[in-house]
Amino acid sequence: MGTPASTFSPATVGKGLLLVALPLLLQAGPGAAWVRIVDVALLYSMLAIGLNIVVGFAGLLDLGYIAFYATGAYLYALLDSMQFNLHWPLWATLPLSAALAGLFGLLLGAPTLRLRGDYLAIVTLGFGEIVRIFLNNLDTPFNLTNGPQGISLIDPIHLGNFTFSRPHHFAGLTLTGTQQYYYLFLATIMGMAWLATRLQHSRIGRAWAAIREDELAAAASGIAVRNYKLLAFSLGATCGGFAGALFAGFQGFVSPESFNLMESVMVLCMVVLGGMGNVNGVIFGAILLTVLPEALRMMGDWQLNHFGHIWVDPNDVRMLLFGGALILIMLYRPAGLLPSPAQRREWQKKLP
Amino acid sequence: MSILLQQLVNGLVLGSVYALVALGYTMVYGILGLINFAHGDVTMIGAMVALTSITALSGHLPWPAAVALGLIAAIAVCMVLGYFIERLAYRPLRHAPRLAPLITAIGVSIILQNLAMLIWGRQYLAFPALLPQTWFDIDGARITSIQLAILGIALTIMLILDFLVRHTRLGRAMRATAQSPQLAGLMGINANQIISITFLIGSALAAVAGLMVSAYYGLAHYYMGFLLGLKAFSAAVLGGIGQLRGAILGGLLLGVIESFGAGYIGVLTHGLLGSNYQDVFAFFVLIIVLMVRPSGLLGKPAADRA
Repeated sequence: MGTPASTFSPATVGKGLLLVALPLLLQAGPGAAWVRIVDVALLYSMLAIGLNIVVGFAGLLDLGYIAFYATGAYLYALLDSMQFNLHWPLWATLPLSAALAGLFGLLLGAPTLRLRGDYLAIVTLGFGEIVRIFLNNLDTPFNLTNGPQGISLIDPIHLGNFTFSRPHHFAGLTLTGTQQYYYLFLATIMGMAWLATRLQHSRIGRAWAAIREDELAAAASGIAVRNYKLLAFSLGATCGGFAGALFAGFQGFVSPESFNLMESVMVLCMVVLGGMGNVNGVIFGAILLTVLPEALRMMGDWQLNHFGHIWVDPNDVRMLLFGGALILIMLYRPAGLLPSPAQRREWQKKLP
Repeated sequence: MSILLQQLVNGLVLGSVYALVALGYTMVYGILGLINFAHGDVTMIGAMVALTSITALSGHLPWPAAVALGLIAAIAVCMVLGYFIERLAYRPLRHAPRLAPLITAIGVSIILQNLAMLIWGRQYLAFPALLPQTWFDIDGARITSIQLAILGIALTIMLILDFLVRHTRLGRAMRATAQSPQLAGLMGINANQIISITFLIGSALAAVAGLMVSAYYGLAHYYMGFLLGLKAFSAAVLGGIGQLRGAILGGLLLGVIESFGAGYIGVLTHGLLGSNYQDVFAFFVLIIVLMVRPSGLLGKPAADRA
């Protein structure tokens, strides 16, 4: 985040204009598919911001984070679809989804937060799997989640008469649904990032940093360790639930498959790779890890065009390359690609 | 009664496989304080190598020789794998904060899974039906020869390992390294060597477990290591991580709980929940144990490693 003096510098204004024009440029250039990819990247950025509160700020390793995303997504899906023929307005669904996820965070956190690092990781991982298995099986005894088929025909996000999935005309421009979602998500992320950064530099954020660096010393200094941990956990979960509700409306379809462990791991990788504790870093990580696999996918078309034959099928090797990238980045940049200054100092101190 | 006995036997067989994998987790955790996230996938590789070599050899050799050679191949591949995983992904990060090796472990796990998918494909592989299918009737419960073999071999290995760790020079060196690598080094123990040996032993056990589980279910799949590893880790935590006997107890217990749970959940809930919730039990048990007794059943309390 810039200092006040640089708020309206030419570079900032340029970046702002680029962010506003991006969906139009993408639509005109690489095609509409890329607008969608960027939308997904923005959804992951929200998750990364949320998980960063838990992992980056408070230093709690959560491997089941996607469960909160699932909670938000399924609540939106249940309240705005043909499943129970409910069509609640957004201003009710969205806060409810976020609140329910936050409540789940509290419920999971309360008994487990006295566990240390690795144990907490495994318990949260188990919790994530439990949620997924329940979503998969709650079509009996009565049909709540529609089981493995998931819930489809979810209402698109709409505010009053404005439905985000329908094209609209603005000042001579026609915006497609995905482009309008882009602006909605961008606004959400700017809000979340602003909140997260303010939190980081508040009394609460300093308490989290103290707990992260030395729990015992933090407790001895009069910090209510347990409450602050719970706060981090449920705030992170709230972000996840919020993003989940947006995801359900954007996608129009949710199924348990979207919320497996690999997704939790992916979001964690975004946070660690981008630079734990740095809000801009984790957004960068989220965008990188969403766009990179898609770009690798394009390599297949490229080979087809140049050699008339696909030598290496990108769908086969992209996860292989991805795993390799995780290891290499951790070996050479253990603090991530864009670490926060404090985090970088910590890591350098610990590395011999 | 016969159903009860049958579930008990099934649970013990499954549990002894969990126990073998759990030993690998617990030994590494005991010495390095690190969750070897890729251990489940090493088990999967063991299963795949064993299955492939046994299928290839079964036409040319009598089945005991084919199985023995397949097992040796699997153990060799897994040991090499375990050695290099530790050298390349964990050792350089030994003094880094603990999130870093966890991420590299996830990276290794992704690589192993996708490598296996490239080599063996996405489909389920069938284990060749070459083992003689005989069974014994005990009070109406049916115990197959494979089940007996798994139980026998697993128990033998556990006894040998327990003896090794408790009564040999190597075992004493391992226990010393687990307590403090620095002090062990002052006593003339090469801690790096001990850590390598730990990974070698753990990987060999994983290979045996991989062969067992694929022979038992008659299937192998590139994704099988994930859930198996997760449950084995739960077993290790259940018994008290870092404790060899804890891993064995936890593994057997988890197998039995799962078997009884899946068998009786329908009856207990009057058909409300079915055996499709089988996989949930491991995690529920894990969460409850960690809440009630975070150090596990046999763990020493306040085993607080920063």
